[in-house]
Amino acid sequence: MATQNRRDFLKTATFLSASALSIPTTHAKASEPEALNENRMGVLVDTTVCIGCRNCEAACKEAHNLPMETSFNINNRDIFKLKRRPDETSLTVVNEYPNPKNKLLPTDVKVQCMHCDHPACVSACIVGAFTKHKNGAVTWDGSKCIGCRYCMVACPFQIPAFEYNKAIQPRIMKCDFCFERQSENKLPACVEICPTEALTFGKRKDLLEIARDRIKRRPERYINYIYGEHEVGGTSWLYLAGQKFSNLDFPVLGTEPAPGVTESIQHGIFAYFIPPIALYALLGGVMWINRRKNSEEEK
Amino acid sequence: MEFSMKPAQLKIKYLTPGVAVLILLAFNGFVFLALRFLYGLGYVTNLDLQHPWGIWIAIDVASGVALAAGGFTSAALGHIIYKEDYKIILRPALLTAMLGYTFVAFAVFIDLGRYYYIWHPLIYWNGTSPLFEVGMCVMIYATVLYIEFLPVVAERFIGKVNFKGIFSFLNKPVDSLLRTLNRGLRKTMFIFIIAGVVLSTLHQSSLGTLMVIAGEKMHPLWQTPILPLLFLLSAIAVGFPMVIFESLIAARSFKLKPEMEVLSGLGRMVGPLLGIYLAFKIGDMAIRGTYVYLTEVNTQSVMFMIEVIVGVIIPLRMFFSEKVLRSKLWLFVASTLVIIGVLLNRINDFLVAYSPPYAFQSYFPSIGEISVTIGFISVLVLLYRAFVMIFPVISLPDKKLITQAKYAVRGGAK
Ligand code: SF4
Ligand code: SF4
Ligand code: SF4
Repeated sequence: MATQNRRDFLKTATFLSASALSIPTTHAKASEPEALNENRMGVLVDTTVCIGCRNCEAACKEAHNLPMETSFNINNRDIFKLKRRPDETSLTVVNEYPNPKNKLLPTDVKVQCMHCDHPACVSACIVGAFTKHKNGAVTWDGSKCIGCRYCMVACPFQIPAFEYNKAIQPRIMKCDFCFERQSENKLPACVEICPTEALTFGKRKDLLEIARDRIKRRPERYINYIYGEHEVGGTSWLYLAGQKFSNLDFPVLGTEPAPGVTESIQHGIFAYFIPPIALYALLGGVMWINRRKNSEEEK
Repeated sequence: MEFSMKPAQLKIKYLTPGVAVLILLAFNGFVFLALRFLYGLGYVTNLDLQHPWGIWIAIDVASGVALAAGGFTSAALGHIIYKEDYKIILRPALLTAMLGYTFVAFAVFIDLGRYYYIWHPLIYWNGTSPLFEVGMCVMIYATVLYIEFLPVVAERFIGKVNFKGIFSFLNKPVDSLLRTLNRGLRKTMFIFIIAGVVLSTLHQSSLGTLMVIAGEKMHPLWQTPILPLLFLLSAIAVGFPMVIFESLIAARSFKLKPEMEVLSGLGRMVGPLLGIYLAFKIGDMAIRGTYVYLTEVNTQSVMFMIEVIVGVIIPLRMFFSEKVLRSKLWLFVASTLVIIGVLLNRINDFLVAYSPPYAFQSYFPSIGEISVTIGFISVLVLLYRAFVMIFPVISLPDKKLITQAKYAVRGGAK
């Protein structure tokens, strides 16, 4: 017991000194938002096709080496009694909702990071730990993150999860669009395993075409709305549904990019540093005049 | 003023029953703090995936910064607008700001999941992040405050550096170092003083920008693009009430006579400042039409009403009354109300207004979080007491009278 503690302490201490010394040599510049790539990828989720088999949950866990609790069983449909959210051990979850059109065919909704086109998390992160990649994926860089959790405050979909129970190196956990698999030219794990093709992987612009086409051909099956097309400036993941999205716990959001207001405020304050410098000069002037007045009075 | 006022070290006993209680509270906070570092944030806080920020951010950091605003408002008044009469508040306000910001930095440190990376913003920049700006400004401003305090240290120790034993060889070099620093600073101090005011206006307002990005997750009563302006105006308005509040408490606990003339003068400026804040707050509400949310009765609307009525409107009226300005008690009450108002505003903005879309339960701080916050405040007060005993911070009427005055007041209080 004592040796165990001691070893832990040593481990922590070594780690702390190591991380304090390892000041990276590459000075990161302010992350300029790259222009959105026209061919960025996305996934179209058709909630009218999803059967709630939760194979995607399992595949995602496996692809990311996440713990599969012994209670984890994709055949257990009782789990749908509760609404779940992605968390630090499950980057995606499926929830089930009643279907007003057909009682026997409930609506299942897979939830994960939406990979926004103008991500609030990227804009907000104090150290720029998030990146919006050319292929549409929004990923997190653990070597920069300081664990302030501002990304969680900022995300309009409340996606980033934090490992609260880790004392050292807690991570921000969220779907990374299987960035590594994609760079090996593999499909995202969830898309690959989906038995019903409820998930379609492709270029975002093509997915929008497909979605519009499906709505046109089966107007009785779908409501005429593609969730994610315009929400907070558009997202890489898109959804189709047979009922109102607000009934399926999708947040009702505007079409303005989430970081828009903040960024214009920041740019207003810091436009070429003119406002702060002007204020400095003004105060300096006031100070000089008042001091001189004062010393003249004393004379 | 009859006597010339001069900052001096206070000659008081450090340990009193009140101080003992504070030490206990600080110790209690320290225990929970240790648990946080051993077992992680989840172990001592009630934070969850829906509520990433709790009172350590809303009170220790956001309110801490706002309530330390006395430092820059009094610097603007005393150094820049150059009102000699208010000189005596400069050092106490500076000390509070210096200690306050040190604790804000420390509160950020303990709240960070990866506290050992707290220096990362220095090398990884993200210009679009208001948090980045707040972090940088607070860091630089804290340094500026230390520099501003250096002359006080110099005044105390020049010619009196006295290390004992093996360190005695240090006496001479330290003394000359202090002299050089002091001489250099005398000519350049204005640079730092102006920088301090500019940095304050920047981060006080950017602190307001923080929650703007939360968009629809914020209750419309608080969510507005002019949040940064409201934060700045309320910080300016709370600066002098904070100085008054401290001066009156310090006078009481150190058994001194408060400088009522100076404090009433400060109080006279609070009314208009609060008025401007209120005008913008109400104006914004009228323009965005958010008053409709006041007709619903829920936590948010009730908290908003308390914040505005108790924290702004009532003290606003009080600060315009000559009777209040002349009375020690009423001035204290009015100042306290403004402080509560700003404290409530920050808590409302960061916690009450924030309604995450998928919350299974609402957030309420845990015993651990409350203990750490109270522990922090206790240490702050303890340090303040120690500092005014070590350094010449608080102005006393004429040096020779100190000891006599002390007894005179004590006797008079009976
Ligand atoms: S959904 Fe949230 S976490 Fe995902 S990219 Fe958008 S803002 Fe970032
Ligand atoms: S928790 Fe990490 S990733 Fe999230 S905003 Fe803070 S530093 Fe960035
Ligand atoms: S894209 Fe990858 S990380 Fe995201 S939900 Fe699917 S499997 Fe998980």
